[in-house]
Amino acid sequence: MTSHSPSLPSKAERNPAAFSFRAALVSTDHKVIGILYGVTALTFLLTGFLIMMLMRWQLAYPGRALPGASALFGSNSARMPGGVMVPEFYYQLGAMHGTIMVFLAIVPLLVGAFGTYLVPLQLGAPNTAFPRLTRLGYWSYLAGGVVWLSSFALPGGAAQSGWTSYPPLSIIAGHGQTFWLIGMILIIVSSIAGAINMIVTIIQLRVIGLTYMRLPFFVWSQLVTAFLLLLAFPPLGAAGILQLMDRVVDTSFFLPSGLVVSGAALTANVGGQTIPRGGGSALLWQHLFWFLAHPEVYVLVLPAMGMVAEILANNARKPLWGYKSMVYGTIFLGVMSMLVWAHHMFLTGMGTVITAFFQATTMIVSIPSIIVLTALLASLWGGAIRFNTPMLFALAFLPMFGIGGLTGLPLGLAVTDIHLHDTYYVIDHFHYIVVCGTLSAIFGGIYYWFPKVTGRAMNERLGRIHFWSSLVLLNCIFMPMFIQGMAGVSRRLYDGGLSYAHAQPVLKLNVFITHAAFALALAQIPFIVNLLWSLRRGPRVEANPWQATTLEWAAASPPLAQGNFETPPVAHRGPCEYSVPGKDKDYTPQWEQ
Amino acid sequence: MSIWNFPLFPKQASSYAWHMDLMYFVLTGLSVFFFIAVLLVLAYFGIKYRKGSKADRTLASPDNNALELTWTIVPTIMALAMFVWATLFYFHVTQPPADSMEIFVVGKQWMWKIQHPEGQREINELHVPVGRNVKLTMTSQDVIHDFFIPEFRTKADVVPGKYTQQWFRATVPGEYHIFCAQYCGTEHSGMVGRVVAMKPEDYENWLRGGATGLTPSMAGEQLFQKLGCVSCHLSGDTPRGPKLAGMAGAAVKLQNGQTVTADDDYLRESILYPNAKQVFGYPLLMPTFEGQVSEEEIRELIAYIKSLAAPTQPSK
Ligand code: HEC
Ligand code: HEM
Ligand SMILES: [Cu+2]
Ligand SMILES: [Cu+2]
Repeated sequence: MTSHSPSLPSKAERNPAAFSFRAALVSTDHKVIGILYGVTALTFLLTGFLIMMLMRWQLAYPGRALPGASALFGSNSARMPGGVMVPEFYYQLGAMHGTIMVFLAIVPLLVGAFGTYLVPLQLGAPNTAFPRLTRLGYWSYLAGGVVWLSSFALPGGAAQSGWTSYPPLSIIAGHGQTFWLIGMILIIVSSIAGAINMIVTIIQLRVIGLTYMRLPFFVWSQLVTAFLLLLAFPPLGAAGILQLMDRVVDTSFFLPSGLVVSGAALTANVGGQTIPRGGGSALLWQHLFWFLAHPEVYVLVLPAMGMVAEILANNARKPLWGYKSMVYGTIFLGVMSMLVWAHHMFLTGMGTVITAFFQATTMIVSIPSIIVLTALLASLWGGAIRFNTPMLFALAFLPMFGIGGLTGLPLGLAVTDIHLHDTYYVIDHFHYIVVCGTLSAIFGGIYYWFPKVTGRAMNERLGRIHFWSSLVLLNCIFMPMFIQGMAGVSRRLYDGGLSYAHAQPVLKLNVFITHAAFALALAQIPFIVNLLWSLRRGPRVEANPWQATTLEWAAASPPLAQGNFETPPVAHRGPCEYSVPGKDKDYTPQWEQ
Repeated sequence: MSIWNFPLFPKQASSYAWHMDLMYFVLTGLSVFFFIAVLLVLAYFGIKYRKGSKADRTLASPDNNALELTWTIVPTIMALAMFVWATLFYFHVTQPPADSMEIFVVGKQWMWKIQHPEGQREINELHVPVGRNVKLTMTSQDVIHDFFIPEFRTKADVVPGKYTQQWFRATVPGEYHIFCAQYCGTEHSGMVGRVVAMKPEDYENWLRGGATGLTPSMAGEQLFQKLGCVSCHLSGDTPRGPKLAGMAGAAVKLQNGQTVTADDDYLRESILYPNAKQVFGYPLLMPTFEGQVSEEEIRELIAYIKSLAAPTQPSK
């Protein structure tokens, strides 16, 4: 352990594992807030997972009572009368699983937890550029999450129009949707605050010598991500407010004329007069939504690539292969990702020319992903590879993300998308990216940076059990879904496809998938045990246990509560100088002369 | 085991189904090839360069422009080739041939209402002759739905407030499935139906067997009288409203100087929102019929207006 000056605040604040709740509430320190983000987002991840397990039960055994459901929900609850799920509840769970996983779990883990915690350290900075903005971002995120979760208690339950909330369905839906929109607006505030802070921090707070081409690749991935969030969220914010007005004050931005719902025309009451509603466009929402949500997909991926790059270079004891082309590729990816949104709308009758345009941009955007992925692969060439838990997760990211990306090709070509769109094939494609890919990277990141955050190491053996069981089970869950999708089984089917006579053979796979998903839950127990146990009992580590090169490892583990570094480091070289010929050790840290 | 006893795709029962499957399998074949290549490289590096192994590590260069260019250019060329193939095929699949017979579909929570050009109406069932190009013109009266026939490899959203289209030519007589593929509310999973593809002579029999109602354009003519359209749009030019004979599909000059094509969406808008586009030389006199006509009735009015385009006027 490094020594520290006596002027530091209380011990509780020094040791994040034991930090006091009161101090955390008012803290503007990026480390405290990063940890808050991490703990909160992991809790939401678990929530989204439990919701998914309820859905999976219904898909495997449609109409069968869930054992224990009566105890959980009460035996004549409106959601699960007699333990049997009603369709409305299934669709609430579906919409909230997607919403929670994307906006409350994965993005906050990647950007909120890892980004907020690590970026200032990797820059050699004492804190973010706008510490109070960091705090605003977290609290607004938490408020959004609370609004969303509490909506389950509303009379009509939570939102049930899918995480995409397409009107007109979302406008004629119950109050849960209003809560969904309010929660979304809070999340948007949080993301924009975080993005501005991240951009300014990276541009302004780089320590002496840390030029752009010396930034760790993780910082680059966070910078591009922050720009995506900053540019893509405001249109969704506007769209969310318009939808809120459609729902609350009876405007018709997203309602075309002539709608007849359950036998009655939709009307609005204006100054005591009843007038028909209409004149808007249902597809306008989809354009505004996907203008955000497609870049959002890259927000779910780029920071994960950044983490994988750090872990991979460190454990291969090799510089990143083609660092510069990875950086330029990522920037190009970011720019292009703003121009592909309508490939989610190939079937809405947009017109063939527009479709051809978006199909072309979609083909182009896949090229930089290939560049980054192959560069990561080539980084192993000639390395001296250590297979520890973080490395295993980072390595698994490559083929898993590969499957997700490659199965995206038939969806990006409008003609093959015709058959596959809105089936389980799509569900599966993005779960391979987000669950098998990004979530692997996140786990790798937790194992890799845990020593930095807590000053203690995690247990290797439990880590390996966690890794291998999760890898096998994830593929057991998601491989069969491709087959279901190709057979034409639609997504969002509450009865699991009972009415899909032709697809009965593939629907039998639902039972297998569900059992694998339940087993996956068990496979997370070693991780949770490891996390809690290591927090208290893990062996203590020094500042740089992985013999890494980037600046966060120049700080103590954990870094000083105030200012991170004893003396601000100076960057003398690039981010990953491993195995430099002529040096006596196989790594040369950035801060070493 | 019985669970492995299934075909990868549903039966191929339309003229382009084989083509779509072929394209999918070419893409997937390439993907599997590259995926296995990546796995092999990963395994090879992992074993050869594991920590402590005696491999020669001096060969690996930290940068290699030739290699980098290769894996940028090769995928680009392949993407380009796929793009050309896919786009040509896409135009084929989305542009209905001129000789298609047009069947009209209205989606609502949670059923499909279907009307044939001869006047037959069906619910959740669609009878079609094999060997004939069929064009579905679709709209929804409430939320977005999606009309999906897996065996024909065809699917398109059914969007309120506008018309979308899809076409197919059934090749094998038999019964197929209609699914709603776009989530549309509580009973979405039950919004299913069936397609019956029949030999042409069977189809003729079926048409004759059904209770023959009015054809859409005859029903439209009656509506034209009943709703009073006739008082402003009598055949021949009257000062009150423009002549409708022959205008469907033609170019219309607007008051603001623009010219638009009078396609189905334009006609629909003219009936529901007459003031949205003002015809050149006419006052904004026409009242809105919003809320007074159903999607089916709008469709019948459009069929009638289109029938006026024929050189000799039908009936009377
Ligand atoms: C009060 C007279 C009036 C009635 C009744 C009326 N219209 Fe019109 N209609 C007009 C006028 C005037 C225009 C041209 C100005 C405009 O574009 O609004 C027009 C325009 C149209 C057009 C566009 C014509 C073009 O050349 O582009 C269509 C189609 C149409 N009407 C159909 C109908 C139908 C169908 C009905 C009955 C359901 C109907 N109208 C009832 C007065 C009328
Ligand atoms: C092992 C973990 C997971 C499993 C087994 C799983 C399973 C599922 C299933 C079965 C559905 C389809 C529901 C339906 O069509 O009715 C679904 C939907 C979805 N999932 Fe997951 N999921 C997991 C984790 C995640 C994660 C981490 C994300 C993060 C982004 C995520 C995002 C989504 C989204 C956005 C939807 C679409 C929701 C909608 O239809 O509106 N899932 N998931
Ligand atoms: Cu539907
Ligand atoms: Cu539906």
